[in-house]
Amino acid sequence: MMKILVAVKRVVDYNVKVRVKADGSDVDIDNVKMSVNPFDENAIEEALRLKEQGKAKEIVAVSFGSAANQDVLRHALAMGADRAILVESPATLQQLGVAKLLKALVAREQPDLVILGKQAIDDDAGQTGQMLAALLDYPQATFISEIKVEDGEISVTREVDGGTESLALSLPAVVTADLRLNEPRFVKLPNLMMARKKPIENISADSFGVDTTPRLQLLSASEPPARKAGIKVSSVQELLSKLRAVEGIAL
Amino acid sequence: MSILLLAEHNGHQLSPAVYKAVTAAQFWNTPVHVLLAGGSSEVVQQAASIQGVARVIHANSSHLAHPLAEDVAKLLTTIVGDYKVIIAAHGSFSRNILPRAAALLDVAMISDVLEIKPDNTYVRSIYAGNIHTTIKSNDALQILTVHSSNFAAASTGANAEITSVEAPARFGKTRWVSEHHAHSERPALSSAKVVVSGGRSLGSAEKFEGVLAPLANKLGAALGATRAAVDAGYAANEMQVGQTGVVVAPELYIAVGISGAVQHTYGMKDSKVVVAINQDPEAPIFQVADYGLVADLFDVVPELVSSLN
Repeated sequence: MMKILVAVKRVVDYNVKVRVKADGSDVDIDNVKMSVNPFDENAIEEALRLKEQGKAKEIVAVSFGSAANQDVLRHALAMGADRAILVESPATLQQLGVAKLLKALVAREQPDLVILGKQAIDDDAGQTGQMLAALLDYPQATFISEIKVEDGEISVTREVDGGTESLALSLPAVVTADLRLNEPRFVKLPNLMMARKKPIENISADSFGVDTTPRLQLLSASEPPARKAGIKVSSVQELLSKLRAVEGIAL
Repeated sequence: MSILLLAEHNGHQLSPAVYKAVTAAQFWNTPVHVLLAGGSSEVVQQAASIQGVARVIHANSSHLAHPLAEDVAKLLTTIVGDYKVIIAAHGSFSRNILPRAAALLDVAMISDVLEIKPDNTYVRSIYAGNIHTTIKSNDALQILTVHSSNFAAASTGANAEITSVEAPARFGKTRWVSEHHAHSERPALSSAKVVVSGGRSLGSAEKFEGVLAPLANKLGAALGATRAAVDAGYAANEMQVGQTGVVVAPELYIAVGISGAVQHTYGMKDSKVVVAINQDPEAPIFQVADYGLVADLFDVVPELVSSLN
């Protein structure tokens, strides 16, 4: 029976249109609704399903950041995770830094499987899982849409450009979840109440003695130029004549 | 100092995005070496013929027939030597491998670069393309993927030096089992000149195919879909255009019954000409369309098909 570690990132909610600060130094996320990164919800959901199938015995959720990250861990606990760990860091963490902290946490928790979302919808980097697998020298499977556990091995289907790929990985391993892995369950109010009784352990990132200094420096942020305003056409014939005459497209 | 470019291929053909990554790699004005993990002599010749490639490095071991991230990342660490940059076109191949290589080399990775600037500075987008950031890397080695539609394809006709390199021993804890690629008579979505995409308003898999396929066939277009249409089972996963799917930049993009969520427009807003057909005049897709037609798609798409005769 496996122990599963799931990494959960707190990001600006999917439905919020993010703006740049007036001085163009960064995005403005003050007073913006925050949520669990959608891909990380898929990661939690899959861990829960493996537990429900009798393949896993314990699910530990971890998040990195400030005390504010308690809310995403509560969400993971309400979904069904057994316990949660908040690794508090006052400084900005980038992908490589998070991967190093996760490696230290894996050494402490000894999970058989680590599940992460395939990318965070804020920075769209999609790197942490692969970096963690590298640092641990573990097998990796990214962008997975299916996972089966059998005798110390996992079989996965990965979503790749133009199709899918199937791999078999020995455990322990790191996998990253694609949206089609599952449909995450809704959290019901009684579960949210119960989640308040589950433990969240606080650890200072400094206590791991890992260098997480950011390597990438943000110089500026801006909103990209919008596409030029188009026109409405009133008929198929008008559309075709515009495409042919104005755009010079041979149709 | 030279640049190392990791090239994707399917065993017998180089990915079209490689030609664009070669153009991006010319930024540093130093020799570009292309690394091929596996691949036939045909692929090696294709890479050697690209203008701007100085050398092709071929690692050809039996276990690289279906290259795994674990093996290719290890291979990169053994040949990185004096290279100052490792670059690749952004795609599921490089997204799988390069972060692993970056961590092994203790380097931050810069994903999906839109523009390369002097002094290890890059423009890349965040929040599904809603924000562009300019970032500077403080690492000595630069590892990045580039947004290939922002770069023109390099031409061919060159004749680069070809060398081979021994691959490190197989990682062994991951086993390749199989792959599945949808076989289609239509052009590949990521490189098609015309793309016809449909949303959930198509209503069913039968109508998706029945309404859009005749138009795609007439235009020699690839078929794309929104995430909603894929999730509803109207279209295959690999047809998804958007933040978490394929990014396309064709000459002509026809969005049929697509509302235009940012997660979708991220994947198509670099198209040269965008046509939107939607019944809802307020649909956000019209804000990114050059030509909008407010109409019932079930009326006007067949009319469009018959008008193209």
